[in-house]
Amino acid sequence: MNAGLFFTTLHRPPLARFTTRAESAQATEPKAAPQSIQMATKEAAQLKMQGFEAVIGIETHVQLSTVTKAFCSCPYNYGSQPNSTICPTCMGHPGTLPVLNEKVVECAVKLGLALNCEISMTSKFDRKQYFYPDLPKGYQISQFDIPIAKKGYIDLDLPMEFGGGHKKFGITRVHMEEDAGKLLHSDSGSYSQVDLNRAGVPLLEIVSEPDMRTGIEAAEYGAELQRIVRYLGVSNGNMQEGSLRCDVNVSVRPFGQSEFGTKILLHKEGQADQIVQETRLWDESSQKTFTMRKKEGLADYRYFPEPDLPEVVLNNDYIDEIHKSMPELPEAKRRRYENMGLSMQDVLFLANDDNVARFFDSTLEHGSDAKLAANWIMGDIAAYLKNEKLTIDEIKLSPLELSELIASIKNGTISGKIGKEASPYFVLILVELIANGGTVKAVIEEKDLVQIADPAAIEAMVDKVIADNPKQLEQYRAGKTKLQGFFAGQVMKASKGKANPVLLNKILGEKLNAN
Amino acid sequence: MPPPLQAHRLLISHRRIPTPARRRFSAVSSVQSPPAKTLAPGPAASSILSIRESLLSGERSAAEITAEYLSRIRRTEPSVRSFIHVADSEAVREAEELDRRIASEGKDALGPLAGVLVGVKDNLCTANMPSTGGSRILEGYRPAYDATAVRRLREAGAIVVGKTNLDEFGMGSTTEGSAFQVTTNPWDESRVPGGSSGGSASAVSARQCVVSLGSDTGGSVRQPASFCGVVGLKPTYGRVSRFGLMAYASSLDVVGCFGSSVSDTATILSVVAGHDKMDSTSSSQNVPDYASELVSLDSLESKPLNGLRIGIIQETLGEGVDSGVATSIKAATLHLEQLGSVVEEVSLPSFSLGLPAYYILASSEASSNLSRYDGIRYGRQVSADDLNELYGESRSNGLGHEVKMRILMGTYALSAGYYDAYYKRAQQVRTLVKKSFEDALKRFDILVSPAAPSAAYKIGEKINDPLAMYAGDIMTVNVNLAGLPALVVPCGFVEGGSAGLPVGLQMIGSPFSEVTCVIADI
Repeated sequence: MNAGLFFTTLHRPPLARFTTRAESAQATEPKAAPQSIQMATKEAAQLKMQGFEAVIGIETHVQLSTVTKAFCSCPYNYGSQPNSTICPTCMGHPGTLPVLNEKVVECAVKLGLALNCEISMTSKFDRKQYFYPDLPKGYQISQFDIPIAKKGYIDLDLPMEFGGGHKKFGITRVHMEEDAGKLLHSDSGSYSQVDLNRAGVPLLEIVSEPDMRTGIEAAEYGAELQRIVRYLGVSNGNMQEGSLRCDVNVSVRPFGQSEFGTKILLHKEGQADQIVQETRLWDESSQKTFTMRKKEGLADYRYFPEPDLPEVVLNNDYIDEIHKSMPELPEAKRRRYENMGLSMQDVLFLANDDNVARFFDSTLEHGSDAKLAANWIMGDIAAYLKNEKLTIDEIKLSPLELSELIASIKNGTISGKIGKEASPYFVLILVELIANGGTVKAVIEEKDLVQIADPAAIEAMVDKVIADNPKQLEQYRAGKTKLQGFFAGQVMKASKGKANPVLLNKILGEKLNAN
Repeated sequence: MPPPLQAHRLLISHRRIPTPARRRFSAVSSVQSPPAKTLAPGPAASSILSIRESLLSGERSAAEITAEYLSRIRRTEPSVRSFIHVADSEAVREAEELDRRIASEGKDALGPLAGVLVGVKDNLCTANMPSTGGSRILEGYRPAYDATAVRRLREAGAIVVGKTNLDEFGMGSTTEGSAFQVTTNPWDESRVPGGSSGGSASAVSARQCVVSLGSDTGGSVRQPASFCGVVGLKPTYGRVSRFGLMAYASSLDVVGCFGSSVSDTATILSVVAGHDKMDSTSSSQNVPDYASELVSLDSLESKPLNGLRIGIIQETLGEGVDSGVATSIKAATLHLEQLGSVVEEVSLPSFSLGLPAYYILASSEASSNLSRYDGIRYGRQVSADDLNELYGESRSNGLGHEVKMRILMGTYALSAGYYDAYYKRAQQVRTLVKKSFEDALKRFDILVSPAAPSAAYKIGEKINDPLAMYAGDIMTVNVNLAGLPALVVPCGFVEGGSAGLPVGLQMIGSPFSEVTCVIADI
């Protein structure tokens, strides 16, 4: 909750952009613009035509994957039996007191640094007060006027299919707080039950500046944040489990106006425009938003400093130590890949998934050529992953073996491609390695995939294919020389992909052009 | 109702032992010193020490000692009503268990508080007993755990004999604010025992238990100690863990101790004090053996307080202070002078600002701390058709008048638009109060004042006049705002009741100087 932001939500589904975008970012598949983004883009374009632009700011809650909760020693595991990971403290029993989990501070500093924020050397906790059955103490321990990190920014590259481009969005603040429990409503609606497993689980709330103007920008902001928390290991970032939650504040203003609209222009088909400020909830099943609550002025949370917790005081050594321990972040990775000469398409694919990036980097460490490694990962490996619905860290192929494979293509031992197509022979080996593992050498031997490099054997296969296709031979000899590819394919098929393609093409050419 | 004679007898026996004059001389030098009975005629000044000696010598068993106290509780409780819950069968069982261990393991089985019966204010959580905080909303509530202070007492061998009465959640100065019963002052049963720890003070005063735990947010240990003529200690903020203390005002609350001698009070402080990982505001300062720091009775002739600088807070002896109280305090300071200390008057200019600041801060924190009593997870729930009604009915039925009033005041003070004028301003006043104490404590080792402007008043006298009751806290609230330790010891009597009413002297020290306070009391 930041005073600099406005609390409005447009009627169109802002969360959808995130949900869909985040999910597609999670799977290591080639980019296909999710429908909702296309919709959002279309709608943004419509807005533009009407002389309006959207102003979007996002509040994101990231659930930290610490072993224990923020203020007690209960564990938290998503999906546990209700009320199985609770204690007097996180249930808000009389006399209990919060004790800060130092890991929460560590995660907050990590994320603050990753978002280029100023870290507050002294910050404090405050109580945010409201009554709700999922809030055991009647207040949430949060940070109000002195967040642990503030004034940062996030760098990202928009996807190529949306025109690409580098963007920088401001981060207002990052603060620590605790999660609430969950209400389970009965089907009849006559009663509700409270599950407090999640109560007290640490969260970081990240508030952006209202810097985004389109759905894609908002979606990419969310996706980049998700990548960062995953790269840092502070959260699993899974939206389905609620580990990453986005509140999107949208207002609309005429182009050229510098003030933000405080109210929302609500468009409904067949209705006159009316101005309503409200919070809308995204319903995943119907893919629509619904009015959750109308905001009639700001709620008064009666914040005051949490007297049960001392101030959080950091020193430079502590921050330096955390800084040193941080991994390379997506933005740095993208710039590094870009400098290798990879296309932005390649860069985004490789850098935007932690697992893929790690696989790629490891392949390079074993001496592979960047461009070749990129091609194979984005091509056949990605296709396999998509088919089998796997992620790259779930396959048996190791970066070492991929680099071996690439090396053997490069030194001519095996040929990776015939014309523009991947050689079936190569694909056979690749698939075998992905599915069952092992070394390149062993797979070639065990699976009887030794290349046929005996000219006599190839000649025999060529002869047979030519003899079996007299019609095509006639066409070829009549000048349709493109048919050499057809013959080569037939021979390759006959050899089960094992024929040495160089030798094959040489012998085939000689035979076809004989007489 | 028992015959009034019993209560009367109690008072006589109570007064016979610690006469006001002797009381000030009641401390003994240390646990290792010669048995107390060689120092003074009659019973030992330290009840804890005397129990220990009895157990060590085999003179009495823990079961016998416990039976004696329980029988006194049975006799006196109908008129005193100190306890919300008496754990008689548990106490007997624990005492018998202790006797068996002494028989099988010998004297090594004795913890420092072995066989000592302790009363615990009912806003401190006890795992095997009800803990209501004096509120209907927690009627029947049994915590899942022991408060750290209670756990430490038990680990030292103490036997919790019951839960003592209090003003609901500690909010009050008479114990009339309990949802369950009105406790009377053992010195005059028509009078209040003070509050909010009235039950803990009256229980020690009536010898229903050896020592007791209370809590002090604005004077809730010191004022009832003064009213009931016992020793009451409010430690430095953070000296004793608050874990398990039902929060009233977290930045002011401390767990305090009552005893019939400074030695006993010091002994239990040594047991309950110290860092607790369950309370981030608890201090990791070393815990000395407070009782061993006491000045020996033998040395009283040699001006043992030589050089101790004592400041009488000017503002506490002026208008609004009962003349008998002022006289007693002045007499006590004369006595301190005779013991070698240098006594001077000192002015604390911000003294009068403390009271309003205290009520704003304490109410603000209370409005937040008491939000958890919503009827959802524990305590009294009124069934209702919708959520707001459930909250509203559960809280309006479960919480008492004074508590509701403070919640409303605190909610108001923290509201948008009022925060700066009330809460923030009160915090600034708090800083001023702290500063003026710091300055004064640079010049003086100890500051003294009455513990309350008057002795115990009549039950019902101030019940309909909250402002008069609040004004009675003027002597004590500043000390909580500054987080300082303070000890209250009986120092005289004023007219009232059948045998006079006790008056307490408050001695305030620098942070974590409980030792100095304790030394000063001889």
